[in-house]
Amino acid sequence: MSDAPVIEAKDLDLTFQTNDGPVHALKGVDLTVNKGDFVSFIGPSGCGKTTLLRVIAALEHPTGGRITVNGMTPDEARRQRAYGYVFQAAGLYPWRTIRGNIKLPLEIMGYSKADQDEHVERVLELVDLKGFGKKFPWQLSGGMQQRASIARALAFDADILLMDEPFGALDEIVRDHLNEQLLALWARTQKTIGFVTHSIPEAVYLSTKIVVMSPRPGRITDVIESPLPKERPLDIRDTPEFLAVAHRVREGLRAGHAYDD
Amino acid sequence: MRSILPILTVVAAILVLWYAGAVGMNAKWAQDQAKRAGVELSTTQLVADTWSQARPRLPAPHQVVAELWQTTVQKKITSKRSLVFHGWITLSATLLGFVFGTGAGILLAVGIVHNRAMDMSVMPWAIASQTIPILAIAPMIIVVLNSIGVQGLVPKAIISAYLSFFPVVVGMVKGLRSPDSMQLDLLRTYNTGGGSTFWKLRLPSSMPYLFTSLKIGMAASLVGAIVGELPTGAIRGLGARMLTGSYYGQTIQIWSALFAAAILAATLVGIIGIIQRRTLKRMGMM
Repeated sequence: MSDAPVIEAKDLDLTFQTNDGPVHALKGVDLTVNKGDFVSFIGPSGCGKTTLLRVIAALEHPTGGRITVNGMTPDEARRQRAYGYVFQAAGLYPWRTIRGNIKLPLEIMGYSKADQDEHVERVLELVDLKGFGKKFPWQLSGGMQQRASIARALAFDADILLMDEPFGALDEIVRDHLNEQLLALWARTQKTIGFVTHSIPEAVYLSTKIVVMSPRPGRITDVIESPLPKERPLDIRDTPEFLAVAHRVREGLRAGHAYDD
Repeated sequence: MRSILPILTVVAAILVLWYAGAVGMNAKWAQDQAKRAGVELSTTQLVADTWSQARPRLPAPHQVVAELWQTTVQKKITSKRSLVFHGWITLSATLLGFVFGTGAGILLAVGIVHNRAMDMSVMPWAIASQTIPILAIAPMIIVVLNSIGVQGLVPKAIISAYLSFFPVVVGMVKGLRSPDSMQLDLLRTYNTGGGSTFWKLRLPSSMPYLFTSLKIGMAASLVGAIVGELPTGAIRGLGARMLTGSYYGQTIQIWSALFAAAILAATLVGIIGIIQRRTLKRMGMM
């Protein structure tokens, strides 16, 4: 594997034309994500963190600047199925079982039946849902549904996992548990993860790199390389190192006038 | 079973009003007859007479029920006087028209959702088609089709289809567009083509809308088949029963045909309802 960055953005701009005039969703964004990084994008709503993730996924297109994913344009990367995307809601199809939902991308991508079954079994185990494959989404709790949607994003072996506030709708206890599981999953799979959140503890706990953003125009105000070790039990959140990083994130948010309103 | 009491109350109220109406509307005839015969009618006799005339203005409920019983159970179903026979004629046109209409409706909806030109152009025409009185257009359809040699079931089915495609178009367009942007984005991340998006997401998502439309479409289809029988001098079918009934002042026959049509419609819509409940339950959508 080369050491070329997985995601590289230079002077990225994205302006939406609306009836109330142009909205600068992203302005002058520079970003480098290396292989195996766990990058969190944090900031208040309207700071462009979700937009940035969507640009990486080629769901939005920048109006200026340059961005590459795996050395390609995001559109090419999407066509090569370079990433799995997890949305805020699990968005499982109610008419498919958990297994059927995880198979969805595999069917679309034309995997053979045997391959489909093998992949499904593997990712079900990865997200700790072994034995739930035959259940329907409504039979599972919100946290389990979100885990199934992560399994769906992992099913086709993309190297990049993009997650847009995946645990935003869950309560804190479930969220802690899922964060722990996500770290374990990241350690096992060596994926590169882009993770949008508005929770400071979540960002600090999970990330190797924290990208702090602020709104109007959406821009990056600070990039923090986390000094925390890769091995992170939940109680690391009470250590001085953790609190120092959290403090710097908070400062970064304040510097961006994120608390103005 | 708690719903049975309100239903019975409403039915009872309707029956009371109906019997009272029968007395009011048929009393004049009864009194004219009595005057001609030089007899004086007591109230009891008057009421009894208004509920048992051969050609009342408004037949009493039990007369309609008796007629229904005689023309369904007590007649051979091959008889020209059997309502089962006439009902089957209308039912076959209804079902064929329903299939035509539903098929056309779904195809149009798929076109509207996937093609911008159709999106802009088809809907106004579909709406315009429903503003034309069906009674005005039905004879023309029959005449035009007859001149090219198409007779019998198909012309009526086409009139049925003309009425039943519309709710299906409207419902299916809404249903096929019901997946939210997140679900469409998810499929974009898999670089999914239009075909897969349709079969795996849009079509399954549209099922609740489809079934609702099918219920309306089925009822419309039956109306279409009956209307198709009215202006054409048809001698078979529920519509023909109503028409001949009105020619010969056979009000009881008209009413029993009306009730047969209503029972038929309720049964058909009920069957769709059962399929709807089973399907959606299995799909986890209710």
